[in-house]
Amino acid sequence: MDIIDTIKEQIEGNPIILYMKGSPNQPQCGFSARTSQALMACGERFAYIDVLSNPDIRTNLPTYANWPTFPQLWVAGELIGGCDIVVEMYESGELQLLVKEAAAQVPVD
Amino acid sequence: MNVQQTIESKLAAALSPDHLEVINESDQHNVPANSETHFKVVIVAGDFEDQRKVARHQAVYGLLAQELAGPVHALALHTYTLGEWTERHAEAPLSPPCLGGSKSES
Repeated sequence: MDIIDTIKEQIEGNPIILYMKGSPNQPQCGFSARTSQALMACGERFAYIDVLSNPDIRTNLPTYANWPTFPQLWVAGELIGGCDIVVEMYESGELQLLVKEAAAQVPVD
Repeated sequence: MNVQQTIESKLAAALSPDHLEVINESDQHNVPANSETHFKVVIVAGDFEDQRKVARHQAVYGLLAQELAGPVHALALHTYTLGEWTERHAEAPLSPPCLGGSKSES
């Protein structure tokens, strides 16, 4: 499958998905660490992709997203932003609301 | 002109900011001394009125596309309108510490 199709499928198939360097438990970059901490503190399940072990995604997602760096948080198919935006939204309480709303849309099976 | 000055002049020319700080934070990261790879930008501009944060950042990234495709590895961005900046008492957040991720890059 084309890498852009893979990315689209990930973004559309996961209501909350974080593209980051490393994993939430072992982040490899301070910006990714701070972003995943804010997201984990929201208390909802989320998907993540480690772009260091997915070089194709690391190369192609910035163009698709019109966003040159990582991390990138996508919620309900929309780019929310990187570390600075996510942390600011967490501090204002906006992130918690957004994440809870997105998680509530997921059908429980 | 070094990278820092280029960033400053491009942003100043395009956005006529009320406040602009371009800080080289490369020495806090896993790169050689005197590098110009990690920057923090604090920018207060009228253009940001009625623009969501994502759009503001995308605008700045667009202006600095050449630098981001080249020497600049990380850009911490803090974008405010004059009203938001006053509300924050003219203080931007600190950048996070490096965790060494760029080591794995060739």
